[in-house]
Amino acid sequence: MGRRIGLMGDEAVAYAVKQCDVGLVSAYPITPQTIMVERISEYVANGEIDTEFVCVESEHSALSVCVGASLSGLRVFTATASQGLALMHEVLYAASGLRCPIVMAVANRALSAPLNIHCDHSDMMGSRDCGWVQVFAENVQEAYDWVIQAFKIAEHPDVQLPTVVNLDGFTLTHCMEDVEVLEDEDVKKFLPPRKPIYWVDPKQPMTFGAWAMPNYYYKFKLQQQEAIMRSLRVVKEVGEEFGKLTGRRYDTLYGYGLEDAEVAVLSMGSTSGTIRYTARRLRESDGLKVGALKLWLFRPFPEEDLVSALEKVKVLIVLDRALSPGAVFGPLGSDIASLMVKHGLDFKLLNYTYGLGGDEVTPEMAEKLFKLGLKVAEGAKPPSLTGYVREVV
Amino acid sequence: MSKYDVVMGAVITKPRTSLENKTGSWRTRRPVVDVEKCVNCLLCWIYCPDSAIIRLEDHIAINYDYCKGCGICAEECPRKAITMVEEG
Amino acid sequence: MVTLKQLPVEELWGPGHNACAGCGSSIAVKMILKALRGPTVVVSPTGCVEVVSSSYPQTAWGVPWVHVLFENAAAVASGIEAAYKYMVKKGITNEKPDVIVIAGDGGTFDIGLQALSGALERWHDFLYICYDNEAYMNTGIQRSSATPKGAWTTTSPAGKVIPGKPEWKKDLIGIAVAHGIPYAATATIAYWNDLITKVRKALEVEGPTVLHVLAPCPLGWRFDPSKTVEISRLAVQTRYFPLYEVENGVYKLSVKVSRPKPVEEFLRPQRRFRHLFTPENRHIIEEIQKNIDEGWERLLKRCGLKS
Repeated sequence: MGRRIGLMGDEAVAYAVKQCDVGLVSAYPITPQTIMVERISEYVANGEIDTEFVCVESEHSALSVCVGASLSGLRVFTATASQGLALMHEVLYAASGLRCPIVMAVANRALSAPLNIHCDHSDMMGSRDCGWVQVFAENVQEAYDWVIQAFKIAEHPDVQLPTVVNLDGFTLTHCMEDVEVLEDEDVKKFLPPRKPIYWVDPKQPMTFGAWAMPNYYYKFKLQQQEAIMRSLRVVKEVGEEFGKLTGRRYDTLYGYGLEDAEVAVLSMGSTSGTIRYTARRLRESDGLKVGALKLWLFRPFPEEDLVSALEKVKVLIVLDRALSPGAVFGPLGSDIASLMVKHGLDFKLLNYTYGLGGDEVTPEMAEKLFKLGLKVAEGAKPPSLTGYVREVV
Repeated sequence: MSKYDVVMGAVITKPRTSLENKTGSWRTRRPVVDVEKCVNCLLCWIYCPDSAIIRLEDHIAINYDYCKGCGICAEECPRKAITMVEEG
Repeated sequence: MVTLKQLPVEELWGPGHNACAGCGSSIAVKMILKALRGPTVVVSPTGCVEVVSSSYPQTAWGVPWVHVLFENAAAVASGIEAAYKYMVKKGITNEKPDVIVIAGDGGTFDIGLQALSGALERWHDFLYICYDNEAYMNTGIQRSSATPKGAWTTTSPAGKVIPGKPEWKKDLIGIAVAHGIPYAATATIAYWNDLITKVRKALEVEGPTVLHVLAPCPLGWRFDPSKTVEISRLAVQTRYFPLYEVENGVYKLSVKVSRPKPVEEFLRPQRRFRHLFTPENRHIIEEIQKNIDEGWERLLKRCGLKS
């Protein structure tokens, strides 16, 4: 078992990286990710780890350096946020297409303009189709735990895909929590050295990054799709193994009160805590049939797990922390609407956006949402099916 | 494990598989070597963009499987040992 | 200096690649690969050399070769170099390969310049070679910042008002040298011995090194494919492209051109400059000549030579 120490989210990520025997880290500083690279730099400067730290001139180069090192067979980590992720955009696709099991932490932050350094999920949602496995952490403990698991998921022979761990900017990155960290030896046992399948090796002259004509291209992309679908099983296996080691079992999602909840709120990231806290209070003090559903794994989308989790729900309120301007629903709302169509699900779907650019997320807001959901469950018409939470409740 | 018959990540696991690609078919003019004149100086060999000059003991030969007929060898040969002729 | 007979017979630049007939860049790549001193990894950005050499499942490369994107070759090479540094440090492998970037002028002068600057500043031990065909040839001859003044390209057309590219070519070696790197040099394919010697010399140097290799392009420069080497030679003989090296900041002329040919002899065989040979545009040739003369004087001064 581990020890308990006080860590901010960024520090917890850096601490996990320190324990994962990472060969190379390349990153560019951006708020609110900076503390991660600062801590990793300190570990390297003090000789606590022998990781190569390549401190580059842009995020585009950061991920490009990572791709080069990952193709050379190393375990590789990077971290960014917001504009940095946007600048990496094309490299994200190259990394997944070249099947580089890189792990990246994203300190979720709004996108310009106007400039804003605070949390929302616009950055990740803007790159959601990049082919990376994508998980969201609710708190600092989860951010730490997911980084360690992410390497195991990414490097699994059935996956071989990059993986991103999202943690909410400031709310998690800069807040200190009591974190239970593993002993170094336990991490080592859980995460053996990476075994690359193909790597850049002067002894075997291989070509990496060939281009593909139409008769080949679709095969590579569909093969990549097979891999990300296989990661669904791997995420669950790794989560179970991690649970045996730590007592904190991970899965694709985490439900609360769904055995009898008529109204559930689906969310990702730190808001999930606020939602679950409120649901518990409403259930315990008022006996309301409400539940909370936290999505850990956003890509691949855990369809089957969601279908069973939502079996009893009459009204589902999906919270999106990103706008999809001009679209019918937000990114997460769209996925749930698709799920309903594909699996013939029958509940009322409300999809609200919230928390843009760090806009506050409070238990009062959550309570209003649950109460709105309960009215809708009784047959009332909601003020709107979509919209911004502040304006709806 | 995959139902697609391609190598993960588009890796080409063997070197110089381009040898299958016989670019000699592009040629409209062909270089012809007069081995009597050839002094094996190898200038054509170093200048050939298509690695289509074969080094022999005393002189060079053209690898017509790959020669695209650019004519650099004929142009650069100090002994005028190579002439370009129209493909038949 | 080497002799041709001393060079390896083995071709690491496989025939069967899809470069145009008479491709100057292809000649450059072949020569570079003849100069290797041991285990090597080559990185290329998107561009002519990348496209003609790596159509899955066919590769022309006889060495490990990596392509990722257009503007990041120097960063990818940084990652490979750093990875091997780590592996040697950890005893995972005992040999650190030479890492060479072979990149076009678009991927170097323009879109890849930031990544290159970053890699030079970080002092990665690698060799960055730009094969300069003076435009975006792969996409159909669009101007780059390596395109010379006056040249026609599809985005600097010889129009009635604007006769070809109005701006001068960027000084890549000047930019590289400004990073304080230990070795930088120019080379071109006609001078094969100079080119191969410089590649070897650059590989021997610890730290980042840069070679700027002029590689004429029959398609984009509009000349007969048989003339590629001749055009390369004329570029030197007219002092259009002086061959020199900069070792720890010290400039040294590689080929002394004591009786230069007028630049017209370089320009005339190339139809990309055809519009300059009209009475109304003649003055541009004069400007180019003046620019070459002044550049040569500057270079001589840097080399500590008198004109």
